[in-house]
Amino acid sequence: MDPIKNKIQNTSKETRQDLYGRIISYSCIILIVVVVLSIFFFVASKGIATFTINHVNLWNFLSGKNWNPAVTDDSGHAELGALPMIVGSFGVTFLAALFATPFAVGTALYMTEIASHRDEKFLQSVVELLVGIPSVVYGFIGLSVVVPFIRHHFGGSGYGILSGAIVLFVMVLPTITSMTVDSLRAVPRFYKEASLALGATKWQTIYKVILRAATSGILTAIIFGMARAFGEALAVQMVIGNNAVMPKGLFSSASTLTSVLTMGIGNTVMGTVSNNALWSLALILLLMSLVFNIIVRLIGRKGRMQS
Amino acid sequence: MKKLTKIATIILASSALLVGCGKSNSSSNASAKSNSSTQVSGKITIVGSTALQPLVEKAAENFQTDNSKVNITVQGGGSGTGLSQVQSGAVTVGNSDIFAEQQSGIKANKLVDHKVAVVGMAPVVNKEAGVKNVTMKQLRDIFTGKITNWKQVGGKDQSIVLINRPEGSGTRATFEGAVMDGQTAKKSQEQDSNGTVQKMVAQTPGAVSYLAFSYIKSDIQPLSINGVKPTDANVTNNKWKIWSYEHMYTKGQPNKATKAFLNYMVSDKVQKSLVKDLGYISISNMHVAKNAAGKVTTK
Amino acid sequence: MKTKVENQVALAIIRLIAILVVVILAFLLGDILLAGVPHISWHFLTAPSQSFTSGGGIGIQLFNSIYLLVLTLIISFPISLGAGIFLAEYAPKNFLTAIVRMAIEVLSSLPSVVVGLFGFLLFVVQLKMGFSILSGAIALTFFNLPLLTRNIEESLAAVPTLQREAGMALGLSKWRTVTRIILPEALPGIITGVVLGAGRVFGEAAALIYTAGQSATNIDFTQWNPLNSASPLNMMRPAETLAVHIWKINSEGVMPDANAVSAGSSAVLIIAVLLFNLLARVLGNALYRKLTASKTN
Repeated sequence: MDPIKNKIQNTSKETRQDLYGRIISYSCIILIVVVVLSIFFFVASKGIATFTINHVNLWNFLSGKNWNPAVTDDSGHAELGALPMIVGSFGVTFLAALFATPFAVGTALYMTEIASHRDEKFLQSVVELLVGIPSVVYGFIGLSVVVPFIRHHFGGSGYGILSGAIVLFVMVLPTITSMTVDSLRAVPRFYKEASLALGATKWQTIYKVILRAATSGILTAIIFGMARAFGEALAVQMVIGNNAVMPKGLFSSASTLTSVLTMGIGNTVMGTVSNNALWSLALILLLMSLVFNIIVRLIGRKGRMQS
Repeated sequence: MKKLTKIATIILASSALLVGCGKSNSSSNASAKSNSSTQVSGKITIVGSTALQPLVEKAAENFQTDNSKVNITVQGGGSGTGLSQVQSGAVTVGNSDIFAEQQSGIKANKLVDHKVAVVGMAPVVNKEAGVKNVTMKQLRDIFTGKITNWKQVGGKDQSIVLINRPEGSGTRATFEGAVMDGQTAKKSQEQDSNGTVQKMVAQTPGAVSYLAFSYIKSDIQPLSINGVKPTDANVTNNKWKIWSYEHMYTKGQPNKATKAFLNYMVSDKVQKSLVKDLGYISISNMHVAKNAAGKVTTK
Repeated sequence: MKTKVENQVALAIIRLIAILVVVILAFLLGDILLAGVPHISWHFLTAPSQSFTSGGGIGIQLFNSIYLLVLTLIISFPISLGAGIFLAEYAPKNFLTAIVRMAIEVLSSLPSVVVGLFGFLLFVVQLKMGFSILSGAIALTFFNLPLLTRNIEESLAAVPTLQREAGMALGLSKWRTVTRIILPEALPGIITGVVLGAGRVFGEAAALIYTAGQSATNIDFTQWNPLNSASPLNMMRPAETLAVHIWKINSEGVMPDANAVSAGSSAVLIIAVLLFNLLARVLGNALYRKLTASKTN
């Protein structure tokens, strides 16, 4: 009688194990959240100083077209207009995603739906290898291959948004591809089998079933790629020209938030307007990636509800 | 699986332990620094100018072979970082390409300047431009955007691509001080490092920028100004105007170990060999001196 | 008939795209390897670097890169494993979880410069850890965490629910089901994620310039006491990694053979990543076999 009573009344081994597991996984996730919050707080506190301590008007900051931290305007405020960099960052990011998405999805489809097992493994290693090429190397290849190519075929100096977008396209390709592969693989097998059994061709199955089922995953992949493109500094900096003026087109030199941030941060002194302004750029970077995430989440949710 | 979780726990615990160790390690270093009254020993952290880094790094290496009790760490990060970190007391020495007075946000009177070398800079152009000499006024007009084609200064019919340095960079401050005469340069492409600028000028037709002497290689064309060639000899008597000091700043007077190292930096051992090898001009060869306001006096 | 033609065309296009991607990659790798491999020699791989004379090697940088990678994985893997398990198995579907996911994604899109400066101000300056491998490893952990966490979560989620139900039906606790049934099943996917993350860590430069530093102090490979400052294992010494070295010689290098050293280093980096991938794959397969076959216990 007693052992059974004990077993029923006391916490079981399983319950304890579960509690233990819960504690471990919860503390890990809390740790990550704390890290994110502290970085956020850190960047925000520095980035907001431009507006609270140096009294730069937020709207002027976001819409101004002149970036001269060292120059003060008539009212005694530094001339800080971040619009050129914001436009530049968005320009290269969207273009890079635009170029990379068809390639990434195509490659991923080939790997999951068409290729033999050996080809698939081969492509996977190639994609993984690409991630390992450091951004500095991408930058120098961009400088010696992409920039002269653009100069030759489209005129101008060769430095500009298009060059940046092409370099970023190659850089985000592996990220988007490998994540798309994951989401394609996550599509249940019977979806595919059911479609093929109904007499649909391979392409119809891919287009009407697999891609639809994997839409939210692919969107996440694209956003992850865009996030990488948005935050990439060293490679873009070498090919975009770093000219903090409104980009006049795809072939004239421009700048991105990261390129201005990377170049300036070592040359400015903490606490000065120039330095605070750079942190404000970093804050914009953070907030924008947040906005990206929210948008995608909404799209993803909508896609799920329809299907 | 129990094994796996156990391993994970051990790893977590040991990494936490190691973090702890790390902390106690650095605090013991700090205490070593404070009781360095009799013998030259201690920890020197040097941060700042990337241009000066190789020289200081190499000198520090040589210095430590003779003074094994001194531990010197040399890092880059840029002149601005160097100055602000030495000002806040986070590092022992801040390397800078420019005078502390020229850097906004730095209280120069709190810092002690140690000039360790002189660096000459020259305007450089892409070889295809067909220009080898310009006047000072032409150079200024090129950078303010008044001259936009190389044929206006006797070169080929090719539009000029300006490549500047970022605002606040030491090289740019030096160049503008010597050339621009108070005028603002036209907004243009900017690039931070000597190596990248060198590559860009070499491969971009019509490009013009400026570089420290040691980065001028055979694939780019340095410009003479008013017929004066950019050579070390012309810098020592100020015939060539674009040059600056490399500074090592300390907050207040340096402690013993730091002082010994700074003395070593200006000794013949470094000045006669390392400084030359790395393409700088020895401070002891200079016949003139420049102050923070850019005023040049003969020694 | 039309659908058949459409099918053929579409599949051909997909094949073409895959070939194009391979061509791009082949071009990149060819460009790097052709320029770099001729410079690789035993001397190059083991000698210390030179700052202004030719003939320098990358021995210390190579060691630093690997050591830093190992440290980063040691710190980040357990954390992201826990976090991944949370997201895949425990996370309630509510607003809070959405925020947590958002936080992780934001962390992954942080520009490396920002992480580097954050690490610089917090670890190097505030916590007085100095320019050190440890500071660098923690900064790199920030990059690795979101990547790994997301990957682990996805790999776990890809395991059929049936397996969980089976585990539960056997009376196992949820934790035991996850760690003994789901995790081994998801392991190959997790290993791939670790490799992808490792590749990124290996090539990262911007975040390390301000944390692990950009100078390689001389280390003594006969001294293995981690507390000795000349020991390779010392975590408080500044350590320039291969990627930082490439960045440094390209931006400020004055040695006559800077281009050769840079090309050689890039090639070594790529080859290292390649070897690493192969190793991880072999390891992943072996682990999978071992963990899934040894359920009796």
